Amino acid sequence: MESARSHRKSIANDVVSTLPLYRSAPALEVRLEDFTLFAMDRLRVLKGISDGLSRGKKTEEMEQLAKDLWRANMRHPQASEVVNKDIISHFVLRLVYCRTEDLRKWFLPMETALFRYRFRHETAEAQRSLMAEFDLSYKAVSNSEFESVKDKLCQVARSIGMSLPTADAIFYKVPFEEVPELVAGRRVFIHKGHAYVASTQVVSLVATQFRSHLSKALILTNRKWTSTIREQEKDRLAPIVEALCTSYLGPDYSQPKGFSEISLKDIDDLVKSSFPLCMRHLFEKLREDHHLKHGGRMQLGLFLKGVGLKLDDAIAFWKAEFSQKVGAERFDKEYAYSIRHNYGREGKRTDYSPYSCQKIISSTPGAGDHHGCPYRHFSEENLRAALNKMGVDGRAVENVMDKVQNRHYQLACTLTFEAVHNSSCDSGINHPNQYFSDSQKILQSKNHSDAKINKLGARENS
Amino acid sequence: MTREEVEGGRDEMEIDGCEQREANAIPEGFDANYLKIYYGKLFPHADIYKWMSYGNDGKHPGCDQSYFGRREFSFTLENDIYLRFQSFYGAYELENSIRENCPVKIDIGPVYSVDPAKRRAYAQTGDNVFTPVERELIFDIDITDYDDVRYCCSGADVCFACWPLMTIAIKVIDTSLRDDFGFNHILWVYSGRRGVHCWVCDGKARRLTNEQRGAIADYFRVYKGNENSHKKVSLTGHALHPFLARSYTEVLRNFFELKLLPSQNLFSTEERYEKILDMIHDESVKSELRGKWQENRRSTSKEDINVIRWEQLKILLQSGKQKGQGLRRGIEEIVFSYTYPRLDMEVSKHMNHLLKAPFCVHPKTGHVCVPIDPKKCEEFDPTTVPTLSKLLQELNMEGAKSEVENDWDKTSLGKSIRFFRTSFLQPLLKSCKEEIESSYKTKLQHSKNSINW
Repeated sequence: MESARSHRKSIANDVVSTLPLYRSAPALEVRLEDFTLFAMDRLRVLKGISDGLSRGKKTEEMEQLAKDLWRANMRHPQASEVVNKDIISHFVLRLVYCRTEDLRKWFLPMETALFRYRFRHETAEAQRSLMAEFDLSYKAVSNSEFESVKDKLCQVARSIGMSLPTADAIFYKVPFEEVPELVAGRRVFIHKGHAYVASTQVVSLVATQFRSHLSKALILTNRKWTSTIREQEKDRLAPIVEALCTSYLGPDYSQPKGFSEISLKDIDDLVKSSFPLCMRHLFEKLREDHHLKHGGRMQLGLFLKGVGLKLDDAIAFWKAEFSQKVGAERFDKEYAYSIRHNYGREGKRTDYSPYSCQKIISSTPGAGDHHGCPYRHFSEENLRAALNKMGVDGRAVENVMDKVQNRHYQLACTLTFEAVHNSSCDSGINHPNQYFSDSQKILQSKNHSDAKINKLGARENS
Repeated sequence: MTREEVEGGRDEMEIDGCEQREANAIPEGFDANYLKIYYGKLFPHADIYKWMSYGNDGKHPGCDQSYFGRREFSFTLENDIYLRFQSFYGAYELENSIRENCPVKIDIGPVYSVDPAKRRAYAQTGDNVFTPVERELIFDIDITDYDDVRYCCSGADVCFACWPLMTIAIKVIDTSLRDDFGFNHILWVYSGRRGVHCWVCDGKARRLTNEQRGAIADYFRVYKGNENSHKKVSLTGHALHPFLARSYTEVLRNFFELKLLPSQNLFSTEERYEKILDMIHDESVKSELRGKWQENRRSTSKEDINVIRWEQLKILLQSGKQKGQGLRRGIEEIVFSYTYPRLDMEVSKHMNHLLKAPFCVHPKTGHVCVPIDPKKCEEFDPTTVPTLSKLLQELNMEGAKSEVENDWDKTSLGKSIRFFRTSFLQPLLKSCKEEIESSYKTKLQHSKNSINW
């Protein structure tokens, strides 16, 4: 059986793709140097994908981006080693990113996205053979069944701008649980719990399976790491593994640095000078309505924590506003608890991190909500008005709106930052607390240089 | 305000002892003492226990004896004391605790991997040993989310004119849960004041992941945005998805044209019709209509002005489409904006979200959270839902009769409990039993197979 399999593999290699499924760790020898380098190359690909997603790039752009990133970073001088580099780098990163919930939460969707884009680039045959590797209990829809649901399938196709299914189109009938994103986007016809998936949509099926498998594998890897590997490798792999992840996720602003503490009396000025638009809007609504719904309380509350507002001041702040609407007693009973919860003083005592732009952009504010990203969630007129209020006008506003129309929400915010502060922001905005600290840096250095000039002036005059 | 009234009433009754029997009338409102009687005689403890056990309270070897004990309940007591992570071994403990604590509100949470009351005893190694493993698929629809499209009431009020919005929500969602998703065991409950809750209890539903729940909630989502954004309902494409099309032709259109149009007077003032004109993308159509309506203040015909204007709008929009107006479905967008269900996404997306238990009493209205029959939801009238005081009154009057087995059968709650049992609980438990037996058989098969070879 062994020889038959390897025989099949060598023939199959001509037809089958080189897209590995990472089912089991390879029995390969890796040089320590390659261990790190391969992982870093792959990390560049994943980071590039992460950036692309947070800029709101559409699927076709992302597929191209993934292709370019892969080509640029995952080459190897020896053609025969390319697949090994792929596999090794994946498994090394599994080690690195299995170790905490946050790391897993980042790695899992990025690897899945990468897999999905690469899958889309495979030929139909290669895709089918890949699908066979998964334990998908799906069935291709029979002709007679196809006829009975054909008009519904056509209706779905027309509703999402897909080409109409032809007579020989293949559809797969799977439990709707296996294609959550197609269900969420109403991109499939569902009936009695089954979704009818077009062959062009099959990537969803496969990606869900890939992801669930990887998710379980990460948990297992973490267990192995904590129980045996970490100790065994404490002088060799452990330091490498520990260093590999920190450089790429950026600060999470959950522990504000000492010098950036703010006090209540400064808040109103700080809002005008250094808050990004999303937080400014929430703050203004809070002052106006003396209330915010849950989403807004979380987004603004955690931001303020990251900015350096201490728990007692936070409670005083929210109380001062909310008690004007619901009364001090109700505030103490209903709202104070959750503020303390955000600061990790209640319940399971997690110290929650302020939301990043990616998270805020992907939120779904509903009726009565004011959270979310204004560049994404505001209508054009409302956004223009808000920008004008911030002091951005003329050419600058048009540049911002141009970015918004192309769904580059973070770039729009960056341009706003640059217009308001009259200086460039090369790194781009990807976290509201970063906006705040960068803003403060600029303002404080201005103060210093003003002071310097004053000092100079004083000295000259004296 | 209500509290004082009640307390005043009670004092009177104490002083004029001989008049107590005559003054059968229990003042309206909510009172902890009434609640005590309610939990003592009327609240269906055993039914809730049976429901939450999902068949595991039986003697079959396939039953999971730990199941009920891993379910989280939470009690809100008077003075806003909040007790989370309550769990019970069985029916007796559940009933006892409710009667003792007399909670103002009972919430039901998920079934966890271990007993919630003992969660701290389990080490959290980072793999999260204490985690939800089963939870009904739930929906919460609150009429305040429709405040921008109802003119009769706002905030916590609900009336005959705007309640149809809830009826629409029930019809649309219920049909889809059954026909599209294949769920069968669905319970709709009146939330007691201004909305409805939905509990989908099939095994498949209870085992859905957060991602799958989010996907279902997104499937149902059409209305996007709030006062900050513009396009709240955006229906593009050459056709509507079959689910939306069915909802439109079977429910939304008729309710809009026959009920909401006249009862909400959607076109009767400039402010109101401007709101609708705002949703139209064709400027020429907009200004033509505006011109017509601004002049035509007094309607000469006997027909409802809203109906007339809606017809005019439809004619213009339909003719516009032929001119290649683009892919926007103007008429549908308006109808959807005013009628399509607006769900609270967060409630449905997370397994650990708590939801109020059916048959609780709403502290602000005194109404009991009774089940609603989706097949007859058009007949449901929130103002006639039994209240705590009414039930106690009924109890007092029927008190002597002992032929009736259950106390609740002496009251108008009887109807609700019977409905709960026959159309929801019994079919559910039957199917649970079958599920337990068949999965037990399968397990036996597997172990037999592994031994055999």
